[in-house]
This record gives sequence, C-alpha cells and structure tokens, in this order.
Amino acid sequence: MNRRDFLRRAAKAGISIAAAGSLGLWLHDRVGPERGEKEGDLVRVPDFSLPELGGRMAVVTGTNRRETVGRAVEALGGIDIFIKKGDRVLLKVNAAFASPPMLSATTNPELVAEVAGLCFKAGAASVVVSDNPINDPVSCFTLSGIADAARSAGAKVMLPAAGAFRTTTVPGTTLLRDWPILWEPLQGITKLIGLAPVKNHHRSGASMAMKNWYGLLGGRRNIFHQDINSIIKDLALMVRPTLVILDGTTTMMTNGPTGGSLADLKNTNTMIVSTDQVAADACGATLLGMTAADLPFIMRAAAAGIGTAHFESLRPVRLSIG
Amino acid sequence: MRIVTVRRISQGFFLLLLLWFCLVSTIGVDWWQIRGWPVNWFLELDPLVALGTVVSTHTLYRGLLWSLVTVGLTILLGRFFCSWVCPFGTIHHLVGFLGNRGRPPALRVASNRYRRGQRIKYYLLTFLLTAAAGSLIVGLVRMPTERPVLFVAGAAALLIGGAALALSRGADVPRRYLVLIPVLLGVWTGLGFVFPAERTLLTSLQTGLLDPIPLVQRSLNLALLSFFGTATSPPRYYEGAWLIGAVFLAAVFTNLWVPRFYCRFICPLGALMGLLGRFALWRIGRRSDECKGCQICEAACEGACEPTAEIRISECVLCMNCVDSCRHELMGYRTVPSAAGERTSPDIGRRGLLLSFASGVAAIPLVRLGGILGTNWNPALIRPPGSLAEPDFLKRCIKCGQCMRICPTNIIHPAGMEGGLEGLWTPVLNFRIGKSGCQLRCIACGYLCPTGAIRSVSLEEKLGRKEFAELGPIRVGTAFVDQGRCLPWAMDRPCIVCQENCPVSPKAIFTREYYSTVRDGILVVERADPLTLVVVGGDLEPGRLATGDYYCTLAGGSAEPPRRIVDNTRNSVTVAPGSPWVSKPGSGSSIAIQIRLQRPYVDPALCTGCGICEHECPVSGKRAIRVSAENESRNRRHSLLPKGV
Repeated sequence: MNRRDFLRRAAKAGISIAAAGSLGLWLHDRVGPERGEKEGDLVRVPDFSLPELGGRMAVVTGTNRRETVGRAVEALGGIDIFIKKGDRVLLKVNAAFASPPMLSATTNPELVAEVAGLCFKAGAASVVVSDNPINDPVSCFTLSGIADAARSAGAKVMLPAAGAFRTTTVPGTTLLRDWPILWEPLQGITKLIGLAPVKNHHRSGASMAMKNWYGLLGGRRNIFHQDINSIIKDLALMVRPTLVILDGTTTMMTNGPTGGSLADLKNTNTMIVSTDQVAADACGATLLGMTAADLPFIMRAAAAGIGTAHFESLRPVRLSIG
Repeated sequence: MRIVTVRRISQGFFLLLLLWFCLVSTIGVDWWQIRGWPVNWFLELDPLVALGTVVSTHTLYRGLLWSLVTVGLTILLGRFFCSWVCPFGTIHHLVGFLGNRGRPPALRVASNRYRRGQRIKYYLLTFLLTAAAGSLIVGLVRMPTERPVLFVAGAAALLIGGAALALSRGADVPRRYLVLIPVLLGVWTGLGFVFPAERTLLTSLQTGLLDPIPLVQRSLNLALLSFFGTATSPPRYYEGAWLIGAVFLAAVFTNLWVPRFYCRFICPLGALMGLLGRFALWRIGRRSDECKGCQICEAACEGACEPTAEIRISECVLCMNCVDSCRHELMGYRTVPSAAGERTSPDIGRRGLLLSFASGVAAIPLVRLGGILGTNWNPALIRPPGSLAEPDFLKRCIKCGQCMRICPTNIIHPAGMEGGLEGLWTPVLNFRIGKSGCQLRCIACGYLCPTGAIRSVSLEEKLGRKEFAELGPIRVGTAFVDQGRCLPWAMDRPCIVCQENCPVSPKAIFTREYYSTVRDGILVVERADPLTLVVVGGDLEPGRLATGDYYCTLAGGSAEPPRRIVDNTRNSVTVAPGSPWVSKPGSGSSIAIQIRLQRPYVDPALCTGCGICEHECPVSGKRAIRVSAENESRNRRHSLLPKGV
C-alpha cells in the first residue's frame, strides 16, 4: 500500500465515521419516550341549539310518520325557523343494529326521508345522515332501510370510516375525557337533528333521544355502561341539538334495545318533536309506562340544566291526526 | 397476431378477472361490490376441486359442473389451462420470465431442462386424492360383504379373463401376474370380512392446500388484498394470514431459481391435467428431423418438457413459446406425433406411486389419532353457520377463503391448528377480530361456499322460522359467562352490554337483579328524616352515589326494599322522593350502601353462539363472555341439552 492509497482509504473511513456520528447525534433523544399514547388535538361538538326559541314541544298522535312529524314541526313554528337557507344539516339517526325497519330497533326510514325532505324544503344546502352502529355499519344502514331512504331524499349517508374519529373532552363531565367521537359527519355542520325511536333498554330503562347520542362515540364505548346514567347525561351535555324527534309511533316495550320480534312492539302512535331533549325523553317515558322520575338519567340531565323533566311545563302542542 | 401474444392477452384477462372477482366479494351497496358476479367461477372450473369432492363425497356440487368444460378441453387440447387460464400460472410465468431475462441462453436452457423432481407433483396428487378417497376405498374393501353379487360377478369375470389370457398363446402378459389375480381376490375377500375398514380408513379433502386455484384465491382474499389495502374500511384482519402470504411469496419467488417452479414440481392440478391430456388430439411436436439443435425453443420452454427431444406431453403447458421461437418453423401444434417421438405418460415410478398412495391412506387416520373428531374435539373450533358436521365438512372444504372474504363482519378466519393439522386454513370464527359477531340476518358464507362445506341455508333456516321452527335457529356454539371476569359478577360494577346486544328475541342473555353492599358500605345513622339519612362520621365522596345505580337499605333484616339514592354529601344520603322511608332508621342503627347489579345468565336453549356479546364485552382483553362450540347444531354429539333442543 502506498501513501496515496492509505490517505484515500483514511479519508473514506473518516467520512464514514463522521456520517455515522452525525446521524447518531441528529437522531439522539436525550429524554426518551413520553408516557402514554399521544392524543390528537381535541375537538368540541359545537352548540347547535337555538336558545332564542326557548323550549318548544309538540306531541302529535297518528300512525303515519310523515304526517305526524310534518304537523309537529309545523306546530313548533315550521321548519323554516329551525333550518335556514344554506344550512348543512346532520341527521343523527339510530342505526345501531342490522335489523329491518319492521322491528323498530332503528330509526324509521320514512321518518328519515321526510325530515331530510323538510330540511331541503327549508333550503338546506346539504343533509348528512350518520351513526356509528353497534353491528356491521354497512349491514345496519342497508338492512334498516335508512341508507336507501336517505339517498332517495337526496341526503348523504356517512358510514364511520377508520379515520372519521377525533378526540374530545366535554367540560363538566367526568366520563367524556379524551374520548374519540365520530367527527367526520359533524364537520362543517350548522344544524343537528336527532331522530330516535322509543325503546326499552334493560340497563338504563329506556333508549330515547339522549341515549341516541351514544352513537357518536367511538372507541370501546361499552365501558360506559358501568355508569349508564352518567354517560347519558354527559352525552346530553356534549350534544346540544337544534331539534330532537322522538318517534313513538311504534314503541319497543320489551327485549330492548335490539328487539327482534313483533311481539316486543306496541303501537303507541305518538310523535314527539322538541327543542328540549330532556323534555322529549320525559314525554317518551310515558309511552313505556314510566315517568321521568323512574329514569335517573332524565332527572340527572334536568339537574345538570340541560332541559326540563317536567315536559308539561313547556305546554306542548298536542294534535291528533285521524 | 402471434400466438404468444394471444396467449398473453388470455393470461392477462383471466388474471385480472380473478382479481376482480376477489375484489367484488364483499357485501355492500357500492358499484364494485358483489352483484351476482360469478366469483367462484375459477374454483368451479378447477377439475381438481371437482374430482377431489367427487372422490370424497361421491357427488358433484352445484357449479362444479363447470369443471367438465375444463376436463373436456384438456382431454382434447392438453394442459392449455396452465398457460392460458390459470392465474397462478400466469404469475409464475411472468416472474419466471423476468427472472430469466438477461441470462445467457445456455443458462436459460439449463433452467428449463427436464428434472426428475417434476414427478413429485404426480405423487402429491396421488397422496391428496388418496387421502380424500378413504370412504371410496372402504366401499371397495367392503364389496365382498356388502355387494356380494357384484363382487362375485366381477371376480368371476376376472378369473375367467385371466384363465383365457393364460391359455391363449399370443398373450404377452407374464404368467406370474395372472397367478396374482386369484391371490388378490382371496386377500380382498378376506379383508372384506375381517378388516374394519370404515373405522380405519378416513376421508379428508386436502387438495386445497396445493391446488393452485384455491391457493391463489386464498392468498388474494386473505393476504394480498388485505396487505395492499382494500377498498374496505376499517381494514380487514385475518389471523395467521402471514403463513398464507409466506407460502404464496415462496411459490412466487422460487421462479427466480427455476421458472414455473410450482407448476413443474408441485402443482397437483397440473399433474391431473398432465394425465388427462395424454390422449390430446393436438400436441406440440417437431415436424421433421431437420432440427439444427439451436435449442432456442428449450430456452423459452415453460413446461420443461424437452420439445426438441422426445417431448413429454404430460409436462407441456402449451405456452407455444417453442412454436413461436423456432426460426426454422419446425415446431407445431398438430395432430401428427412429433418427429422426435413423444412420451405421453408422466415419468413416475411404481415405488413412488405406491409410497404416495400408502401415505395418503395413512395420513388422515394418523392426524386423527389425537381424537380431535371424537371426545377430544376442540370447542374453539367454531364453524360458520350452516357448516356440516366436522367429518363431512372436512370432505368438502378446499380452504379457498371465499367465506372469509365475503363475511361482512370479518369474523371468519383461516384456522391454524384449532381443527388439527387437516383443518389448517379452514374457516373458524373469531369474535375478537372484526366488526361484530355473526349477523343474525346474514347467510353470505354458505351462499358463496363453492363446495357446500358450509351449506347454503335460507334466512328462514338460519333463524329457525316457518318450516324450520321445530328445529330452531342454527347454532354455531354457546356463550358462557366467565364469572371471574364479568364486571357485575366479579367486580360489583353494573354493565350487561352482552344482554343489551343479544340479537335474538327473547334474549338468550337474561339478568338477575342483585343488590351488593359496596366496600366499606355499612354506615351508622346519626339522624334521619323521610328522605335523607345523616351518618356518623362519613367519608363519602359527594355525589358519587348519585349515579342512579346506588341504593340504600337498612342493615339487619328490614322488610323495606332498598331505596334508590339520588344524592349524597360527605355524610348524608338522600333517596328518591318517590320512596321515602316508611319506618325511619333509628339513630345508631346501621344502613348498607348497595349497588344494584344485573348479573347476566345465558339461556342455552336460545343462544345461537353468534358472538355479538363476546365482541361487545367491555372486558376487551380476555372477554368475560365467550362463545365456544358447545351445543352447535351441526354436531348432535356436542349438544348441551337433552333432545338436542
């Protein structure tokens, strides 16, 4: 080896050492990993309520959902006072189970179509229908008839995709802290309407308008069943809807919330529409043969100031169709 | 257009077609999802699927009739399927071609020379078909006792024929073989009376392990489409899919060493077609002896069938490369035999054949020695709804993965060792992975199953309605509550998510109410009014008992029912206004703070084992309610209840 070769080799070795060294220094982490998983930025569900309207409620009896819901909304002042031109509306349905509409375990598709149609009539720019179901989402939206009904009314169905969730913390709650919620359908939304059937629920007593927001939760949300009344109250704190529509045309009296048999159902022919979700649930409870006092989540939501459990104090408009 | 161009178009078309079929095998309303596409078409065209199931079940199921088209064409044309249709062959063809590119011709000729190892595929075919032929062999062994007339007539015909041959002068059959006839007939008769064949010889269809069509379909369905991401969201998971992917990649990568390695050495379907094509009307061959020996054709030969020498018809995959590449236009696909001669039969030896036959006969009895189909059955082996009883299931399942791909909730998985060695890659339900349990109103898996291992049941049959009401719904297993893990059972915490999600009506999961005194929950009353009790000391967290699940009762045998607590301070407890204390607890008396629990129970008469409860159980590690195959409908011996109800 001559000197030139040696110097060349030494230079190459030097560069290699310098490269490895600088790479090591560049990547060097003095502190080590932080504790816990990293959460994304927190999101907050906007307040969609219209406080200037105050608590309003209409209870319309009848068998035809399209008629009863239409009359009820009319009785509250018409759809135009809730939905303005250019509004982007989210209809939060209950599509929890892959079950046909006949079994009333999910929001009735006709009701979805009618409400979506009303929103468009009021000039809504877009209507989104969404839920994070318990069973397979595609099967749920298809079998329940909600997907078809929404599309035929011109609304967009949003299934919960893997990336659709963001983390939220709801102030004033103990349970909803750093918890993923279905965020994608909420993005850019200006009005939110909840559409829920009245159902028996073994754990909480009843599944109605407030319980319907459970479908906005992601993650292993079932752990909240350990404190079901608190989570329902917390959900009602998280979501301030423009309107809730509680469909008691057919009430699931037993075997809820899945049902599965016509024998579980009873025709109660009542459509409840309200700006106050607590009052709507308090009224819905009567269809199940209960009162608000029997359902701790209603009393606690009322105590938290979300609404009133004495729904009669809203002087609900009562109408009857045929 | 050159013939090889036509071939490439055909190969590309069928490969894309298979990809498309795999892709659309998902349930949904999007345009690319299942819409009556014949997604099983390749499996149905596959004569080995047909032959294997015919051998094991003695019937040809539904669409497998398509295989007759392939059989007919193969008898007429030879192994056209390998180079014109088979998507797995196309992948090998392409990778082998790329691997050989740039190599000198001599090396390419060397890599495409015939190797003795190419006989292995015939042995594998023999092995797999023999393993599937257990019941067929039983029938043969049993013939002397069960069909004596037929047997005696056949034996007589054989004996007379043998005698006639022995007496005739022109016969070129060695006499010693003829002597064997009566000996064999004697042994056969003896076996028929003595040998308990039906208990010894067992049937299991294992062709799907190596049959290229199920293999490629399975690899695409479970490994590749998931690996590269599918249009489904969330992504789909398959337990143990790594092995399926690894086998696929190994099969593909070996092409870099020897082109079409899999086709030449392993493919049992190729072997079957090699046998079928021995009477082909058209064959590849040389026109005359004017060959210059340039070996250009050998360098491009896909089948390694020695086209310039005595061509091996059973190895020729009809790639047409020799026809295309011969500069002297000596090679042709004609009815006239090759000028250089041809070998129509594969190069297999009697010993190898006997060995593979014997191994095939022995294999299944051997793997079942563990008693996995008997008392040692594995309750973790939960089969999709409509699956046949295990022995019959194993006669049909070709491990193609169609059920696993179509399952909308992604709960059907390729089994590892749950079903024993022979159950590898057969469908098994896993309720931890996936989006839910088995959906009540879904019958997709049985609808798609190409061989009827999972019966195509109607919704009525699955749910046990109408004419199936007496039989009840199809059960894949039963859920069991693990009381050591269940929150209301083990940890005094309300839950009953399982009960809530139970989809049958009435629910198979029901609850019993139980008021459990909480830890440190005995308190001493200081004073009381009808609704509020003030306790001595008191270290309660304000509002903690206000969730609606806490109750207060008088300790020490009071007749009063527990009262629901609506609020508490550090040292007082308020009960619901609707239920004031009738007899106020006296100062100094004890009260108990209780939590109201609903403890889940499973009614085995109603549980279908759908696994939705297991999937939803909030104890997300090892679930507190788990399904096992007890009481599954498909096997009465696994019944839990009398009468099999």
